[in-house]
Amino acid sequence: MHTTSTDRAPAIATMPEPEAASTISARGLTRTFGNHIAVNDITLELRRGEVLGFLGPNGAGKTTTMHMLTGNLAPSRGEISICGIDLLEEPSAAKARIGYLPEVPPLYRELTVDEYLELAAKLHRVPRARRREAVATARQRCGLTEAGAKLIGTLSRGYQQRVGIAQAIVHAPDVVVLDEPTVGLDPNQIRDIRALIRELGGAHSVILSTHILPEVEAVCDRVQIMHHGELVYSDTIAALKQFESGATLLVGLRRPPPPAELAALPGVAAAEAVEPTLYRVQFAAGADPTDALVKAAAARDWGLYQLKPAQTTLEDVFVHLTRQEEPQ
Amino acid sequence: MIFTIAGKELRTLFASPLAWVVLTVMQLIVGYAFLRRLDDFLQMQPQLMQMAAAPGITELVAGPIFGTAAALLLFAVPVLAMRLIAEERRNQTMVLLMSAPVSMTEIVLGKFLGLAAFLAAIVALTALMPLSLAGAARLDYGMLAGLVAGLVLLAAAFAAVSLFVSCLTVHPVVAAICAFATLLVMVLAGEAAGDGLRARGWTVAASLAQVVSPIKSFEPFSKGMLDTYAAACLVLLAVLFLALAIRQLDAQRLRG
Repeated sequence: MHTTSTDRAPAIATMPEPEAASTISARGLTRTFGNHIAVNDITLELRRGEVLGFLGPNGAGKTTTMHMLTGNLAPSRGEISICGIDLLEEPSAAKARIGYLPEVPPLYRELTVDEYLELAAKLHRVPRARRREAVATARQRCGLTEAGAKLIGTLSRGYQQRVGIAQAIVHAPDVVVLDEPTVGLDPNQIRDIRALIRELGGAHSVILSTHILPEVEAVCDRVQIMHHGELVYSDTIAALKQFESGATLLVGLRRPPPPAELAALPGVAAAEAVEPTLYRVQFAAGADPTDALVKAAAARDWGLYQLKPAQTTLEDVFVHLTRQEEPQ
Repeated sequence: MIFTIAGKELRTLFASPLAWVVLTVMQLIVGYAFLRRLDDFLQMQPQLMQMAAAPGITELVAGPIFGTAAALLLFAVPVLAMRLIAEERRNQTMVLLMSAPVSMTEIVLGKFLGLAAFLAAIVALTALMPLSLAGAARLDYGMLAGLVAGLVLLAAAFAAVSLFVSCLTVHPVVAAICAFATLLVMVLAGEAAGDGLRARGWTVAASLAQVVSPIKSFEPFSKGMLDTYAAACLVLLAVLFLALAIRQLDAQRLRG
Protein backbone atom coordinates (compact mmCIF):
# COMPACT_ATOMS: atom_id res chain seq x y z
CA MET A 1 0.00 0.00 0.00
CA HIS A 2 2.68 2.38 1.03
CA THR A 3 4.77 1.82 -2.04
CA THR A 4 1.85 2.40 -4.39
CA SER A 5 1.05 5.73 -2.84
CA THR A 6 4.64 6.93 -3.15
CA ASP A 7 4.70 5.61 -6.68
CA ARG A 8 1.67 7.66 -7.53
CA ALA A 9 2.84 10.85 -5.92
CA PRO A 10 5.05 12.02 -8.78
CA ALA A 11 2.35 11.11 -11.26
CA ILE A 12 -0.08 13.37 -9.44
CA ALA A 13 2.48 16.14 -9.27
CA THR A 14 2.92 16.07 -13.03
CA MET A 15 -0.80 15.71 -13.68
CA PRO A 16 -1.68 19.41 -14.09
CA GLU A 17 1.07 19.86 -16.63
CA PRO A 18 -0.51 18.41 -19.73
CA GLU A 19 -3.58 20.50 -18.99
CA ALA A 20 -1.56 23.59 -18.28
CA ALA A 21 0.72 22.97 -21.23
CA SER A 22 -1.62 23.91 -24.02
CA THR A 23 -4.83 25.86 -23.90
CA ILE A 24 -5.57 25.69 -27.61
CA SER A 25 -4.43 22.89 -29.77
CA ALA A 26 -5.60 22.74 -33.35
CA ARG A 27 -4.46 20.07 -35.74
CA GLY A 28 -4.82 19.90 -39.50
CA LEU A 29 -7.38 22.68 -39.53
CA THR A 30 -8.82 23.16 -43.00
CA ARG A 31 -11.71 25.20 -44.24
CA THR A 32 -13.01 25.36 -47.76
CA PHE A 33 -15.71 27.57 -49.23
CA GLY A 34 -16.80 25.77 -52.34
CA ASN A 35 -13.61 25.32 -54.35
CA HIS A 36 -11.76 28.04 -52.50
CA ILE A 37 -9.46 26.84 -49.75
CA ALA A 38 -9.53 29.60 -47.13
CA VAL A 39 -7.45 27.80 -44.54
CA ASN A 40 -5.24 24.89 -45.40
CA ASP A 41 -3.97 22.39 -42.85
CA ILE A 42 -3.09 24.76 -40.03
CA THR A 43 -1.60 23.42 -36.85
CA LEU A 44 -1.63 25.71 -33.90
CA GLU A 45 -0.52 25.23 -30.34
CA LEU A 46 -0.95 27.79 -27.60
CA ARG A 47 0.61 27.29 -24.18
CA ARG A 48 -0.79 28.68 -20.98
CA GLY A 49 0.40 32.19 -20.24
CA GLU A 50 1.56 32.73 -23.79
CA VAL A 51 0.66 35.62 -26.08
CA LEU A 52 0.60 34.51 -29.70
CA GLY A 53 0.75 37.07 -32.48
CA PHE A 54 -1.26 35.98 -35.47
CA LEU A 55 -0.24 37.81 -38.60
CA GLY A 56 -0.96 37.80 -42.25
CA PRO A 57 -2.02 40.08 -45.06
CA ASN A 58 -5.71 40.75 -45.60
CA GLY A 59 -7.50 37.69 -46.86
CA ALA A 60 -4.85 35.29 -45.59
CA GLY A 61 -7.43 33.36 -43.59
CA LYS A 62 -6.78 34.77 -40.12
CA THR A 63 -10.37 35.64 -39.35
CA THR A 64 -11.59 32.33 -40.73
CA THR A 65 -9.13 30.53 -38.46
CA MET A 66 -10.24 32.55 -35.46
CA HIS A 67 -13.88 31.86 -36.28
CA MET A 68 -13.10 28.17 -36.27
CA LEU A 69 -11.12 28.33 -33.03
CA THR A 70 -14.04 30.04 -31.31
CA GLY A 71 -16.71 27.72 -32.65
CA ASN A 72 -18.36 30.26 -34.94
CA LEU A 73 -17.54 28.26 -38.02
CA ALA A 74 -17.24 24.53 -38.38
CA PRO A 75 -13.93 23.39 -39.88
CA SER A 76 -14.06 21.28 -43.03
CA ARG A 77 -11.33 19.05 -41.60
CA GLY A 78 -9.18 18.96 -38.53
CA GLU A 79 -9.66 19.03 -34.81
CA ILE A 80 -9.58 21.72 -32.16
CA SER A 81 -9.29 21.20 -28.47
CA ILE A 82 -9.54 23.88 -25.83
CA CYS A 83 -7.77 22.95 -22.59
CA GLY A 84 -8.09 19.33 -23.62
CA ILE A 85 -11.82 19.59 -24.40
CA ASP A 86 -12.77 18.85 -27.98
CA LEU A 87 -14.55 21.88 -29.40
CA LEU A 88 -16.56 19.87 -31.90
CA GLU A 89 -17.57 17.11 -29.49
CA GLU A 90 -18.36 19.23 -26.44
CA PRO A 91 -18.89 22.75 -27.78
CA SER A 92 -20.48 24.15 -24.63
CA ALA A 93 -17.74 23.05 -22.24
CA ALA A 94 -15.04 24.21 -24.64
CA LYS A 95 -16.64 27.54 -25.48
CA ALA A 96 -16.98 28.40 -21.79
CA ARG A 97 -13.18 28.64 -21.70
CA ILE A 98 -12.80 31.03 -24.63
CA GLY A 99 -13.35 34.75 -24.84
CA TYR A 100 -13.55 36.20 -28.33
CA LEU A 101 -13.41 39.73 -29.60
CA PRO A 102 -14.14 39.61 -33.34
CA GLU A 103 -13.07 42.29 -35.79
CA VAL A 104 -16.40 44.05 -35.39
CA PRO A 105 -17.19 44.06 -31.66
CA PRO A 106 -20.54 42.30 -31.13
CA LEU A 107 -22.17 45.13 -29.20
CA TYR A 108 -25.84 45.80 -28.58
CA ARG A 109 -26.07 49.55 -28.94
CA GLU A 110 -29.34 49.81 -27.05
CA LEU A 111 -27.94 48.32 -23.84
CA THR A 112 -25.84 50.07 -21.21
CA VAL A 113 -22.29 48.87 -20.59
CA ASP A 114 -23.33 47.19 -17.34
CA GLU A 115 -26.36 45.50 -18.85
CA TYR A 116 -24.29 44.27 -21.75
CA LEU A 117 -21.45 42.89 -19.62
CA GLU A 118 -24.01 41.30 -17.32
CA LEU A 119 -25.56 39.62 -20.37
CA ALA A 120 -22.15 38.42 -21.57
CA ALA A 121 -21.41 37.01 -18.11
CA LYS A 122 -24.77 35.23 -18.03
CA LEU A 123 -24.28 33.79 -21.50
CA HIS A 124 -20.89 32.47 -20.42
CA ARG A 125 -22.45 30.82 -17.40
CA VAL A 126 -20.80 32.91 -14.71
CA PRO A 127 -22.66 31.91 -11.52
CA ARG A 128 -25.08 34.56 -10.24
CA ALA A 129 -23.11 35.08 -7.03
CA ARG A 130 -19.94 36.03 -8.88
CA ARG A 131 -21.54 37.91 -11.75
CA ARG A 132 -21.52 41.39 -10.26
CA GLU A 133 -17.91 41.03 -9.24
CA ALA A 134 -16.93 39.64 -12.66
CA VAL A 135 -18.56 42.59 -14.41
CA ALA A 136 -16.86 45.06 -12.06
CA THR A 137 -13.47 43.44 -12.61
CA ALA A 138 -13.80 43.39 -16.39
CA ARG A 139 -14.94 47.01 -16.38
CA GLN A 140 -12.06 48.07 -14.19
CA ARG A 141 -9.47 46.18 -16.25
CA CYS A 142 -10.64 47.79 -19.45
CA GLY A 143 -10.86 51.30 -18.01
CA LEU A 144 -14.64 51.45 -18.13
CA THR A 145 -15.24 52.22 -14.45
CA GLU A 146 -16.96 55.51 -15.25
CA ALA A 147 -18.92 54.24 -18.23
CA GLY A 148 -21.07 51.57 -16.54
CA ALA A 149 -24.40 53.37 -16.90
CA LYS A 150 -23.83 54.73 -20.40
CA LEU A 151 -25.56 53.37 -23.47
CA ILE A 152 -23.10 51.54 -25.70
CA GLY A 153 -24.49 53.33 -28.76
CA THR A 154 -23.40 56.70 -27.36
CA LEU A 155 -19.81 55.66 -26.61
CA SER A 156 -16.89 56.63 -28.81
CA ARG A 157 -15.25 54.05 -31.05
CA GLY A 158 -12.37 53.53 -28.62
CA TYR A 159 -14.68 52.96 -25.67
CA GLN A 160 -16.80 50.56 -27.70
CA GLN A 161 -13.64 48.63 -28.46
CA ARG A 162 -12.92 48.46 -24.73
CA VAL A 163 -16.40 47.14 -24.06
CA GLY A 164 -15.69 44.51 -26.68
CA ILE A 165 -12.55 43.46 -24.85
CA ALA A 166 -14.34 43.53 -21.50
CA GLN A 167 -16.94 41.20 -22.97
CA ALA A 168 -14.21 38.76 -24.00
CA ILE A 169 -12.63 38.56 -20.54
CA VAL A 170 -15.63 38.90 -18.24
CA HIS A 171 -15.83 35.17 -17.58
CA ALA A 172 -12.06 34.85 -16.94
CA PRO A 173 -11.54 32.49 -19.87
CA ASP A 174 -8.42 30.38 -20.31
CA VAL A 175 -7.99 31.64 -23.84
CA VAL A 176 -8.69 35.11 -25.11
CA VAL A 177 -8.87 35.54 -28.88
CA LEU A 178 -8.59 39.15 -29.99
CA ASP A 179 -9.04 40.15 -33.62
CA GLU A 180 -7.39 43.55 -34.12
CA PRO A 181 -8.16 44.89 -30.65
CA THR A 182 -6.39 48.25 -30.96
CA VAL A 183 -8.06 49.47 -34.14
CA GLY A 184 -9.60 52.89 -33.64
CA LEU A 185 -7.93 53.64 -30.33
CA ASP A 186 -5.82 56.68 -29.54
CA PRO A 187 -2.13 56.16 -28.66
CA ASN A 188 -2.77 56.28 -24.91
CA GLN A 189 -5.54 53.75 -25.13
CA ILE A 190 -3.34 51.55 -27.29
CA ARG A 191 -0.72 51.57 -24.56
CA ASP A 192 -3.35 50.66 -21.97
CA ILE A 193 -4.73 47.85 -24.08
CA ARG A 194 -1.25 46.48 -24.76
CA ALA A 195 -0.51 46.51 -21.06
CA LEU A 196 -3.80 44.73 -20.52
CA ILE A 197 -2.95 42.09 -23.11
CA ARG A 198 0.42 41.50 -21.44
CA GLU A 199 -1.36 41.24 -18.12
CA LEU A 200 -3.86 38.76 -19.57
CA GLY A 201 -0.94 36.74 -20.89
CA GLY A 202 0.04 36.07 -17.28
CA ALA A 203 -2.88 33.88 -16.29
CA HIS A 204 -4.63 33.29 -19.60
CA SER A 205 -3.34 32.68 -23.08
CA VAL A 206 -3.99 35.23 -25.75
CA ILE A 207 -4.18 35.01 -29.51
CA LEU A 208 -3.76 38.44 -30.99
CA SER A 209 -4.41 39.17 -34.61
CA THR A 210 -3.17 42.50 -35.87
CA HIS A 211 -1.59 44.38 -38.74
CA ILE A 212 0.48 46.53 -36.43
CA LEU A 213 3.82 44.75 -36.34
CA PRO A 214 5.49 46.76 -33.56
CA GLU A 215 2.49 45.78 -31.44
CA VAL A 216 3.33 42.14 -31.95
CA GLU A 217 6.97 42.74 -31.09
CA ALA A 218 5.88 44.63 -27.98
CA VAL A 219 3.43 42.15 -26.50
CA CYS A 220 3.76 38.73 -28.10
CA ASP A 221 5.89 35.77 -27.05
CA ARG A 222 5.47 33.95 -30.30
CA VAL A 223 4.51 34.79 -33.86
CA GLN A 224 2.69 32.85 -36.52
CA ILE A 225 2.35 34.27 -40.00
CA MET A 226 -0.34 33.08 -42.38
CA HIS A 227 -0.32 33.53 -46.10
CA HIS A 228 -2.82 32.21 -48.64
CA GLY A 229 -4.43 30.09 -45.96
CA GLU A 230 -1.20 28.42 -44.89
CA LEU A 231 1.11 28.88 -41.98
CA VAL A 232 4.42 30.18 -43.34
CA TYR A 233 6.26 31.13 -40.16
CA SER A 234 6.08 30.14 -36.55
CA ASP A 235 8.70 31.04 -33.97
CA THR A 236 9.23 32.99 -30.81
CA ILE A 237 9.90 36.71 -30.87
CA ALA A 238 13.08 36.10 -28.89
CA ALA A 239 14.33 33.64 -31.51
CA LEU A 240 13.55 36.10 -34.23
CA LYS A 241 15.62 38.80 -32.56
CA GLN A 242 18.48 36.56 -31.48
CA PHE A 243 18.71 34.90 -34.82
CA GLU A 244 19.03 38.05 -36.85
CA SER A 245 20.33 40.65 -34.43
CA GLY A 246 23.90 41.88 -35.16
CA ALA A 247 24.19 39.95 -38.37
CA THR A 248 24.20 43.15 -40.38
CA LEU A 249 25.22 46.72 -39.75
CA LEU A 250 24.00 49.89 -41.32
CA VAL A 251 26.99 52.14 -41.89
CA GLY A 252 26.66 55.78 -42.87
CA LEU A 253 29.73 57.27 -44.52
CA ARG A 254 30.00 60.87 -45.76
CA ARG A 255 32.84 60.08 -48.17
CA PRO A 256 32.11 56.46 -49.04
CA PRO A 257 34.69 54.20 -50.66
CA PRO A 258 33.59 51.75 -53.35
CA PRO A 259 31.61 48.84 -51.81
CA ALA A 260 34.35 46.41 -52.78
CA GLU A 261 36.73 48.16 -50.39
CA LEU A 262 34.27 47.66 -47.54
CA ALA A 263 33.67 44.08 -48.47
CA ALA A 264 37.40 43.47 -48.40
CA LEU A 265 37.63 44.24 -44.68
CA PRO A 266 38.26 41.19 -42.48
CA GLY A 267 35.05 39.61 -41.23
CA VAL A 268 32.78 41.32 -43.76
CA ALA A 269 30.91 38.99 -46.06
CA ALA A 270 29.26 41.54 -48.29
CA ALA A 271 28.48 45.24 -48.54
CA GLU A 272 25.81 46.92 -50.56
CA ALA A 273 24.75 50.53 -50.91
CA VAL A 274 21.26 51.21 -49.59
CA GLU A 275 21.52 54.92 -50.24
CA PRO A 276 24.48 56.83 -51.74
CA THR A 277 26.02 57.31 -48.29
CA LEU A 278 24.45 54.39 -46.44
CA TYR A 279 25.77 50.84 -46.64
CA ARG A 280 24.44 47.57 -45.41
CA VAL A 281 27.36 45.46 -44.26
CA GLN A 282 26.79 41.76 -43.84
CA PHE A 283 28.99 39.88 -41.40
CA ALA A 284 30.79 36.70 -42.19
CA ALA A 285 29.59 33.81 -40.05
CA GLY A 286 30.79 34.11 -36.49
CA ALA A 287 32.77 37.30 -37.09
CA ASP A 288 32.17 40.79 -35.72
CA PRO A 289 33.99 43.31 -37.91
CA THR A 290 32.60 46.40 -36.15
CA ASP A 291 35.96 47.35 -34.64
CA ALA A 292 37.83 46.88 -37.89
CA LEU A 293 35.24 48.91 -39.68
CA VAL A 294 35.46 51.85 -37.29
CA LYS A 295 39.26 51.81 -37.39
CA ALA A 296 39.31 51.66 -41.18
CA ALA A 297 36.77 54.48 -41.40
CA ALA A 298 38.91 56.67 -39.13
CA ALA A 299 42.19 55.77 -40.84
CA ARG A 300 40.93 56.23 -44.40
CA ASP A 301 38.80 59.31 -43.58
CA TRP A 302 35.42 57.97 -44.78
CA GLY A 303 33.52 60.37 -42.56
CA LEU A 304 31.64 57.82 -40.46
CA TYR A 305 28.42 59.37 -39.14
CA GLN A 306 26.19 56.41 -38.42
CA LEU A 307 26.71 52.89 -37.22
CA LYS A 308 23.66 50.89 -36.35
CA PRO A 309 22.93 47.19 -36.07
CA ALA A 310 20.26 46.48 -38.67
CA GLN A 311 18.03 44.06 -36.87
CA THR A 312 15.85 42.05 -39.07
CA THR A 313 12.49 43.24 -37.87
CA LEU A 314 9.29 41.36 -37.93
CA GLU A 315 8.34 43.60 -40.80
CA ASP A 316 11.22 42.26 -42.90
CA VAL A 317 10.22 38.71 -42.13
CA PHE A 318 6.59 39.47 -42.83
CA VAL A 319 7.23 41.20 -46.12
CA HIS A 320 9.74 38.56 -47.14
CA LEU A 321 7.35 35.71 -46.47
CA THR A 322 4.19 37.20 -47.84
CA ARG A 323 5.61 38.83 -50.97
CA GLN A 324 7.49 35.75 -52.10
CA GLU A 325 4.58 33.89 -53.55
CA GLU A 326 2.98 36.90 -55.17
CA PRO A 327 3.96 36.01 -58.79
CA GLN A 328 1.95 32.80 -58.50
CA MET B 1 -29.81 30.20 -20.77
CA ILE B 2 -32.98 30.25 -22.89
CA PHE B 3 -34.47 32.78 -20.49
CA THR B 4 -31.34 34.93 -20.58
CA ILE B 5 -31.68 35.23 -24.34
CA ALA B 6 -35.45 35.67 -24.10
CA GLY B 7 -34.96 38.47 -21.57
CA LYS B 8 -32.43 40.17 -23.79
CA GLU B 9 -34.78 39.94 -26.79
CA LEU B 10 -37.64 41.40 -24.78
CA ARG B 11 -35.45 44.23 -23.55
CA THR B 12 -34.24 45.02 -27.07
CA LEU B 13 -37.81 44.95 -28.35
CA PHE B 14 -38.95 47.44 -25.76
CA ALA B 15 -35.89 49.60 -26.40
CA SER B 16 -36.89 50.01 -30.04
CA PRO B 17 -39.56 52.47 -31.14
CA LEU B 18 -40.85 49.82 -33.54
CA ALA B 19 -42.36 47.70 -30.79
CA TRP B 20 -44.11 50.68 -29.25
CA VAL B 21 -45.48 51.79 -32.60
CA VAL B 22 -46.82 48.29 -33.29
CA LEU B 23 -48.39 48.15 -29.83
CA THR B 24 -49.99 51.56 -30.28
CA VAL B 25 -51.36 50.92 -33.73
CA MET B 26 -52.75 47.53 -32.71
CA GLN B 27 -54.35 49.02 -29.63
CA LEU B 28 -55.94 51.80 -31.68
CA ILE B 29 -57.40 49.46 -34.30
CA VAL B 30 -58.54 46.79 -31.85
CA GLY B 31 -59.96 49.49 -29.59
CA TYR B 32 -61.93 50.99 -32.48
CA ALA B 33 -63.24 47.53 -33.45
CA PHE B 34 -64.18 46.92 -29.83
CA LEU B 35 -66.21 50.14 -29.58
CA ARG B 36 -67.94 49.47 -32.91
CA ARG B 37 -68.88 45.95 -31.81
CA LEU B 38 -70.09 47.23 -28.46
CA ASP B 39 -72.22 49.82 -30.21
CA ASP B 40 -73.73 47.17 -32.49
CA PHE B 41 -74.40 44.96 -29.52
CA LEU B 42 -76.23 47.73 -27.65
CA GLN B 43 -78.40 48.40 -30.70
CA MET B 44 -79.18 44.71 -31.16
CA GLN B 45 -79.88 44.14 -27.49
CA PRO B 46 -83.71 44.52 -27.65
CA GLN B 47 -83.91 41.89 -30.39
CA LEU B 48 -81.53 39.60 -28.63
CA MET B 49 -83.69 39.73 -25.51
CA GLN B 50 -86.53 38.12 -27.46
CA MET B 51 -84.44 35.25 -28.80
CA ALA B 52 -84.50 31.93 -27.04
CA ALA B 53 -80.79 31.03 -27.15
CA ALA B 54 -79.33 34.42 -27.91
CA PRO B 55 -75.59 34.74 -28.36
CA GLY B 56 -73.96 36.49 -25.39
CA ILE B 57 -71.85 39.58 -25.26
CA THR B 58 -68.63 37.53 -25.21
CA GLU B 59 -69.50 35.85 -28.50
CA LEU B 60 -70.71 39.03 -30.16
CA VAL B 61 -68.03 41.42 -28.94
CA ALA B 62 -64.96 39.49 -27.76
CA GLY B 63 -65.03 36.92 -30.59
CA PRO B 64 -64.87 39.48 -33.42
CA ILE B 65 -62.23 41.68 -31.79
CA PHE B 66 -59.99 38.67 -31.25
CA GLY B 67 -60.53 37.95 -34.94
CA THR B 68 -59.43 41.49 -35.74
CA ALA B 69 -56.38 41.06 -33.53
CA ALA B 70 -55.56 37.78 -35.30
CA ALA B 71 -55.67 39.49 -38.67
CA LEU B 72 -53.49 42.34 -37.40
CA LEU B 73 -50.94 39.90 -36.00
CA LEU B 74 -50.48 38.59 -39.54
CA PHE B 75 -48.91 41.99 -40.29
CA ALA B 76 -47.39 42.75 -36.90
CA VAL B 77 -45.53 39.51 -36.15
CA PRO B 78 -43.30 39.57 -39.27
CA VAL B 79 -42.33 43.16 -38.41
CA LEU B 80 -41.59 42.33 -34.78
CA ALA B 81 -39.69 39.16 -35.69
CA MET B 82 -37.65 40.54 -38.58
CA ARG B 83 -34.72 41.64 -36.44
CA LEU B 84 -34.45 38.46 -34.39
CA ILE B 85 -31.72 36.76 -36.40
CA ALA B 86 -31.34 38.91 -39.51
CA GLU B 87 -30.28 42.02 -37.62
CA GLU B 88 -27.92 40.14 -35.34
CA ARG B 89 -26.15 38.75 -38.36
CA ARG B 90 -26.16 42.10 -40.12
CA ASN B 91 -24.65 43.88 -37.09
CA GLN B 92 -22.35 40.89 -36.52
CA THR B 93 -23.57 40.57 -32.95
CA MET B 94 -24.50 36.95 -33.56
CA VAL B 95 -20.87 36.17 -32.78
CA LEU B 96 -21.51 36.95 -29.11
CA LEU B 97 -24.15 34.20 -28.95
CA MET B 98 -22.23 31.79 -31.15
CA SER B 99 -19.00 32.10 -29.15
CA ALA B 100 -20.82 31.67 -25.85
CA PRO B 101 -21.46 28.18 -24.51
CA VAL B 102 -25.00 28.24 -25.85
CA SER B 103 -26.47 25.78 -28.33
CA MET B 104 -28.37 26.76 -31.46
CA THR B 105 -31.50 25.28 -29.92
CA GLU B 106 -31.13 27.56 -26.93
CA ILE B 107 -30.58 30.59 -29.16
CA VAL B 108 -33.64 29.86 -31.29
CA LEU B 109 -35.89 28.98 -28.35
CA GLY B 110 -34.68 32.00 -26.39
CA LYS B 111 -35.45 34.35 -29.24
CA PHE B 112 -38.78 32.68 -29.84
CA LEU B 113 -39.76 32.94 -26.18
CA GLY B 114 -38.72 36.60 -26.02
CA LEU B 115 -40.95 37.44 -28.96
CA ALA B 116 -43.74 35.20 -27.62
CA ALA B 117 -43.66 37.10 -24.33
CA PHE B 118 -44.10 40.36 -26.20
CA LEU B 119 -46.96 38.89 -28.24
CA ALA B 120 -48.53 37.63 -25.01
CA ALA B 121 -48.60 41.24 -23.88
CA ILE B 122 -50.50 42.17 -27.06
CA VAL B 123 -52.98 39.34 -26.40
CA ALA B 124 -53.35 40.47 -22.78
CA LEU B 125 -54.10 44.04 -23.88
CA THR B 126 -56.69 42.70 -26.33
CA ALA B 127 -58.27 40.61 -23.60
CA LEU B 128 -58.45 43.64 -21.30
CA MET B 129 -61.03 45.28 -23.57
CA PRO B 130 -63.83 42.73 -23.13
CA LEU B 131 -62.73 42.32 -19.51
CA SER B 132 -63.48 46.00 -18.97
CA LEU B 133 -67.16 45.07 -19.36
CA ALA B 134 -66.96 42.65 -16.44
CA GLY B 135 -68.66 45.09 -14.08
CA ALA B 136 -71.60 45.79 -16.40
CA ALA B 137 -72.26 42.43 -18.06
CA ARG B 138 -71.95 38.73 -17.37
CA LEU B 139 -69.00 37.50 -19.40
CA ASP B 140 -68.42 33.95 -20.55
CA TYR B 141 -64.99 33.50 -18.98
CA GLY B 142 -64.59 30.03 -20.46
CA MET B 143 -64.95 31.38 -23.96
CA LEU B 144 -62.67 34.31 -23.18
CA ALA B 145 -59.99 31.92 -21.93
CA GLY B 146 -60.39 29.89 -25.13
CA LEU B 147 -59.98 33.05 -27.21
CA VAL B 148 -56.85 34.05 -25.31
CA ALA B 149 -55.37 30.56 -25.69
CA GLY B 150 -56.22 30.48 -29.38
CA LEU B 151 -54.70 33.88 -30.07
CA VAL B 152 -51.54 32.99 -28.11
CA LEU B 153 -51.12 29.79 -30.12
CA LEU B 154 -51.80 31.62 -33.36
CA ALA B 155 -49.26 34.32 -32.46
CA ALA B 156 -46.72 31.61 -31.56
CA ALA B 157 -47.20 29.91 -34.92
CA PHE B 158 -46.78 33.23 -36.74
CA ALA B 159 -43.70 33.97 -34.63
CA ALA B 160 -42.08 30.62 -35.42
CA VAL B 161 -42.61 31.07 -39.16
CA SER B 162 -41.27 34.64 -39.05
CA LEU B 163 -38.29 33.59 -36.94
CA PHE B 164 -37.39 30.95 -39.49
CA VAL B 165 -37.60 33.46 -42.34
CA SER B 166 -35.41 35.84 -40.32
CA CYS B 167 -32.70 33.14 -40.35
CA LEU B 168 -32.62 33.16 -44.13
CA THR B 169 -31.48 36.71 -44.78
CA VAL B 170 -29.34 39.43 -43.25
CA HIS B 171 -31.75 42.19 -44.23
CA PRO B 172 -34.45 42.73 -41.60
CA VAL B 173 -36.86 44.41 -44.03
CA VAL B 174 -36.51 41.58 -46.52
CA ALA B 175 -37.16 39.17 -43.65
CA ALA B 176 -40.34 41.03 -42.69
CA ILE B 177 -41.70 41.12 -46.23
CA CYS B 178 -40.86 37.47 -46.90
CA ALA B 179 -42.32 36.36 -43.58
CA PHE B 180 -45.54 38.23 -44.33
CA ALA B 181 -45.71 36.73 -47.82
CA THR B 182 -45.04 33.25 -46.45
CA LEU B 183 -47.77 33.58 -43.82
CA LEU B 184 -50.24 34.98 -46.34
CA VAL B 185 -49.58 32.18 -48.81
CA MET B 186 -49.89 29.60 -46.04
CA VAL B 187 -53.20 31.05 -44.83
CA LEU B 188 -54.71 31.39 -48.29
CA ALA B 189 -53.34 28.21 -49.84
CA GLY B 190 -54.10 26.15 -46.74
CA GLU B 191 -57.65 27.42 -46.71
CA ALA B 192 -58.20 26.91 -50.43
CA ALA B 193 -56.67 23.45 -50.35
CA GLY B 194 -58.73 22.53 -47.30
CA ASP B 195 -61.97 23.65 -48.93
CA GLY B 196 -61.15 21.99 -52.21
CA LEU B 197 -60.25 18.69 -50.60
CA ARG B 198 -63.30 18.73 -48.35
CA ALA B 199 -65.53 19.36 -51.38
CA ARG B 200 -64.19 16.16 -52.91
CA GLY B 201 -64.86 14.32 -49.69
CA TRP B 202 -61.19 13.80 -48.79
CA THR B 203 -61.62 14.79 -45.18
CA VAL B 204 -58.32 13.44 -43.89
CA ALA B 205 -56.35 15.36 -46.49
CA ALA B 206 -58.45 18.43 -45.76
CA SER B 207 -57.66 18.13 -42.07
CA LEU B 208 -53.97 17.85 -42.88
CA ALA B 209 -54.16 20.99 -45.01
CA GLN B 210 -55.36 22.78 -41.91
CA VAL B 211 -51.88 22.40 -40.38
CA VAL B 212 -50.45 25.00 -42.77
CA SER B 213 -53.40 27.35 -42.42
CA PRO B 214 -53.08 28.91 -38.97
CA ILE B 215 -56.06 31.27 -39.33
CA LYS B 216 -58.25 28.28 -40.14
CA SER B 217 -57.05 26.66 -36.93
CA PHE B 218 -57.93 29.80 -35.02
CA GLU B 219 -61.54 29.83 -36.24
CA PRO B 220 -62.91 27.24 -33.78
CA PHE B 221 -61.49 29.29 -30.88
CA SER B 222 -63.27 32.43 -32.07
CA LYS B 223 -66.55 30.50 -32.08
CA GLY B 224 -66.04 29.46 -28.49
CA MET B 225 -64.99 25.90 -29.28
CA LEU B 226 -62.00 24.25 -27.69
CA ASP B 227 -60.80 22.22 -30.65
CA THR B 228 -57.81 20.11 -29.65
CA TYR B 229 -57.06 19.29 -33.27
CA ALA B 230 -56.85 22.97 -34.14
CA ALA B 231 -54.62 23.59 -31.12
CA ALA B 232 -52.41 20.68 -32.14
CA CYS B 233 -52.15 22.10 -35.67
CA LEU B 234 -50.90 25.44 -34.34
CA VAL B 235 -48.42 23.82 -31.95
CA LEU B 236 -47.19 21.52 -34.69
CA LEU B 237 -46.67 24.43 -37.06
CA ALA B 238 -44.68 26.33 -34.44
CA VAL B 239 -42.51 23.33 -33.54
CA LEU B 240 -41.90 22.54 -37.21
CA PHE B 241 -40.65 26.03 -38.03
CA LEU B 242 -38.56 26.30 -34.87
CA ALA B 243 -36.86 23.04 -35.81
CA LEU B 244 -36.28 24.40 -39.32
CA ALA B 245 -34.77 27.57 -37.83
CA ILE B 246 -32.35 25.55 -35.67
CA ARG B 247 -31.36 23.47 -38.67
CA GLN B 248 -30.85 26.57 -40.75
CA LEU B 249 -28.52 28.18 -38.19
CA ASP B 250 -26.57 24.96 -37.80
CA ALA B 251 -26.21 24.74 -41.56
CA GLN B 252 -24.91 28.31 -41.64
CA ARG B 253 -22.22 27.43 -39.12
CA LEU B 254 -21.16 24.57 -41.37
CA ARG B 255 -21.42 26.51 -44.59
CA GLY B 256 -19.93 29.75 -43.35
